Amino acid sequence: MREITVEQITEVVKTLSIEAACDLPRDVEKLLKEAVATEESQFGKYSLEKIVKNVELARAEHAPMCQDTGIVVVFVEIGQDVHLIGGSLNDAINEGIRQGYQEGYLRKSVVEDPVLNRKNTGDNTPAVIYTELVPGDQVKIQVLPKGAGSENMGALKMLKPAEGLEGVKDFIIKAVTQAGGNPCPPVIVGVGIGGTMDKSTLLAKKALAREAGQPHSNPAYQALEEELLVEINKLGIGPQGFGGKVTALAVHIETYPTHIATMPVTVCLNCHAARHKEAIL
Amino acid sequence: MTNINKVTTPLTDEVVKDLKAGDQVSISGVIYTARDAAHKLLTESIKAGEELPVNFKNQVIYYAGPTPAKPGKVIGSCGPTTSGRMDAYSPIMMEQGLKGMIGKGPRSREVIESMIANNVVYFAAIGGAAALIADSVKEAEVVAFDELGPEAIRRLVVEDYPCIVAIDSEGNNLYELGVQQYKVVD
Ligand code: SF4
Repeated sequence: MREITVEQITEVVKTLSIEAACDLPRDVEKLLKEAVATEESQFGKYSLEKIVKNVELARAEHAPMCQDTGIVVVFVEIGQDVHLIGGSLNDAINEGIRQGYQEGYLRKSVVEDPVLNRKNTGDNTPAVIYTELVPGDQVKIQVLPKGAGSENMGALKMLKPAEGLEGVKDFIIKAVTQAGGNPCPPVIVGVGIGGTMDKSTLLAKKALAREAGQPHSNPAYQALEEELLVEINKLGIGPQGFGGKVTALAVHIETYPTHIATMPVTVCLNCHAARHKEAIL
Repeated sequence: MTNINKVTTPLTDEVVKDLKAGDQVSISGVIYTARDAAHKLLTESIKAGEELPVNFKNQVIYYAGPTPAKPGKVIGSCGPTTSGRMDAYSPIMMEQGLKGMIGKGPRSREVIESMIANNVVYFAAIGGAAALIADSVKEAEVVAFDELGPEAIRRLVVEDYPCIVAIDSEGNNLYELGVQQYKVVD
């Protein structure tokens, strides 16, 4: 069995959280630059030019591209042949966040209790952690700092199977329409369909961890992603909601088998600051 | 978007009246940051008849909570947050004499009505362009609610802070006008 110490995990999470905040992945940047060329509205173009400039400045100065450095979602895939030693995995991940947010001068945006006291924990912990056991002897860690502006615009619906594909499309378009200018468009639209209520939300979040613009492996879903992107960009919301042709940069769909009587659909939006970083140990 | 309108704070009623939805503006002077938690405390104080830590008459509130400043820097990254979360509080603040708000995203009907009644302007900055925006902040100082951390009220001195008039004092709304213009109906 391969041994990996939890200190290594802490170190990786720390590095990834600082990198994520300051260095937008090239896949997202590429789509943003294409959007500058496509956008026709003057305010839309103006916004996109500023956004691209900001990405470059943040990278050069090693400064957070957005002040909302998020609550951190961490996906960990642990190979079955790995033995994690030296302490608790969750503690190690949170320690990485703590150190990263301190040393990287990132904003601490997590409150201790969601309703009653809403007191800031002061170190941006805890993260939202999902672990999954997979074959192999590696550990893959994905870090997605998630801003609230876009997270607040997510939506879930338990559709009836009779509502079919049209029902799914309608719901997704409605969710993006209702979000309007709030989630800092252009957005990446994560969609989770199937499973149970909770599973669909997880799929939608996972869809955001995919390389931006990379299509679904199933051609039928790829076609659906493309169709939805076209439809969403007809809404006119545009960059920042000022009106324009580019409301979304990409649509990512993830699916899972489901019960005969149900069809859950979740939409999880990511803003243009679509931060995601990963490492394999 | 031809010429940039230079605006200095505090705002006068004349300046507010002249600003029209879609104007590109650069703001210089003092602005105050306040977001959810600060607004909650401020409006509670107003309702209790207490004196506020800042006199907001003719002032501009910026919905923002910056990242910590690195050594040698005035402030960290400092872009706007979603204004809609402040909708419940904004009319009360406007009744206190607030003349301008800076944030991102649309506002509610009630807020727009209160803007018309109180002659107030709403500016939108580019959400997420926070490193860029930080360049226009020349001074920053916490003036109230230090315990709120990123949500404390900060007095910022800005120079040529770039934004757009999103909703003017007559209620003209770029979020509606712009979207109508680019919506494609098959
Ligand atoms: S929605 Fe995204 S880009 Fe906009 S302020 Fe929040 S984190 Fe930043």
